[in-house]
Amino acid sequence: MNSKFNKKPIDYKVFIIVAYIFVVIVSLCGVVPFIVMLSGSFTSEARIINYGYSLFPKDFSVDAYKMLFQNIDRIINSYGLTIFITLAGTLLGLMFMSMAAYVLQRKDFPWRNKLSYFIYFTTLFNGGLTPWYMLMMKMGMKNNILALIIPHLFTVFHILIIRNYMNGLPYEITESAKVDGANDFVIFVKLILPMSKPVLATIALFTGLAIWNEWYNCMLFMSNEKLYTLQYYLYNMLNNATAMKEFTNGTGANILAGADLPTESAKLAMAMLATGPILLLYPFIQKYFVKGITIGAVKG
Amino acid sequence: MKKAKIVVGPNGTLQKKSTLLGMVLKHKILLLMIAPALLYYIVFSYLPMFGVVLAFKEYDYALGIIKSPFVGLENFKFFFKSGQAFTVTRNTFLYNVVFILLGNVMQLIVAVLFTEIGSKRIRKTAQTCIFFPYFISWVVVGAFVYNVFSSDYGMINSLLKSVSHEPINFYSEPKYWPFIIVVLDIWKGLGYGSVVYMATITGIDTSIYEAAEIDGASILKRIWYITLPSLKPTVITLILLGLGRVFRGNMTMFYSLIGNNGLLYNYTDVIDTFTFRTLLFSNDVGMSAAVGFYQSVLCFAFIMLANAVVKKIDSDSALF
Repeated sequence: MNSKFNKKPIDYKVFIIVAYIFVVIVSLCGVVPFIVMLSGSFTSEARIINYGYSLFPKDFSVDAYKMLFQNIDRIINSYGLTIFITLAGTLLGLMFMSMAAYVLQRKDFPWRNKLSYFIYFTTLFNGGLTPWYMLMMKMGMKNNILALIIPHLFTVFHILIIRNYMNGLPYEITESAKVDGANDFVIFVKLILPMSKPVLATIALFTGLAIWNEWYNCMLFMSNEKLYTLQYYLYNMLNNATAMKEFTNGTGANILAGADLPTESAKLAMAMLATGPILLLYPFIQKYFVKGITIGAVKG
Repeated sequence: MKKAKIVVGPNGTLQKKSTLLGMVLKHKILLLMIAPALLYYIVFSYLPMFGVVLAFKEYDYALGIIKSPFVGLENFKFFFKSGQAFTVTRNTFLYNVVFILLGNVMQLIVAVLFTEIGSKRIRKTAQTCIFFPYFISWVVVGAFVYNVFSSDYGMINSLLKSVSHEPINFYSEPKYWPFIIVVLDIWKGLGYGSVVYMATITGIDTSIYEAAEIDGASILKRIWYITLPSLKPTVITLILLGLGRVFRGNMTMFYSLIGNNGLLYNYTDVIDTFTFRTLLFSNDVGMSAAVGFYQSVLCFAFIMLANAVVKKIDSDSALF
């Protein structure tokens, strides 16, 4: 490669060097903020109060995590809830969206264009937040776990991506199965779904990520702390001084005797806990996202 | 639907033209399969559209939607006269336009430079890094921003203090925030957007590049005359999709970063955060419905216009 590079003209060499520098800089921008937070979560409170945050942990301390673990019940509860809504929302959403997508691309389905537009139109015009919120409240969504799942079940863009993918599968599969007398649902489950695995995996990841990182619906509908998702928990710790105080009250200050309560670093530690699973899965799932975007790059 | 009176049935026999009922029965399983989606959109998207009537009422929780008194355009008048209509519309529009333009430019640059980098390992590693912010929630980003900009413990102010400089109160100075917000938005979307463009670039026929290189075209010329023109349809589609949302503020982002910090509203309040606060904190249902309706109409008009313009110039690139 090097000898090949040497033979290239000078403008090419300059370009490639500039490209490398640029790529290194933007790459660092991507991960450095996270490292700063991680380091902050392991810094002693006294250090933060006296000197502020820094890039690398000075005065290493796990007090912040200790304090969070004083409230381990709440955190486990929040983890459980977040995991549950992520799994339930993703599975149900995937099932409903792929069924709809399959129907919308069936060439013998007479209403496919009209219904596609019926669904697509909702992205062009909607009633806004207020009527939707009133409706949800009327349906008893206040402090109802369904309020965290329902809004994620359907995404127009995802339906269109799945539909486009299925449209690319040979129609003869459906046709010959029909001749053999299989019903539409069986064709969908036994033949179409297995062939659509790549696009389904992608949509599952996108939906799952969206639900995991969600806190807006939680803020809209939840007042019962048992129904706080991890992100909303974090949001409260960041923005609500009373919530933070309540949180630290339960913690025996005696355990961390002599030190200030690590409220600042605890916020960062909580941010780490809320991101944890994503961080662990990220190296493995990243390539599916890239693949998925490539699939979805076709216009909807 | 009324094409033929007589159609050929599945067994080759002639059948009467299928009635609507017949067609429904024939496709009953498909209809059942799509029923959850239709039901969902009818209930959660179409039904609330009738709720825009709230925009013309003074909502009274005791009376309910139907019995609350009509007040005509009062809610709208108040929204516009207070001056807030202008502020939030301006903020929403300008932020989104800058996000779309700068965001796409940055994504294009990253995509083009990435594809020129020979080493696959470096490319993959860099992509992993750039894509990472996409996976982090805005709340966590909010924690980081606080970490950097807070007046007491923030990294920037620690730095300023260490060189005996006056600290800057970022959280009470709106003027810094447009810059911070734009940078963050570009940062978070860079990975996703550049992957879209890279996917398109890999689809370009490499023999065109080889021919250009043999003919002595410099690398910048190759990018300018081959890569960028090939990306044009993707750029137009992405910009159109963005323009369709130009009057929709990214509620999650603005709220995670700014929260209820009224000192910054002048530069950071967007239509969505305003609607949200009016509904949840002021409990002014009529007004928030009016703002929501105003936003929906703006969005609808704008996407229709943008699509029509694109259709006229280049009909293949139009969304619908």
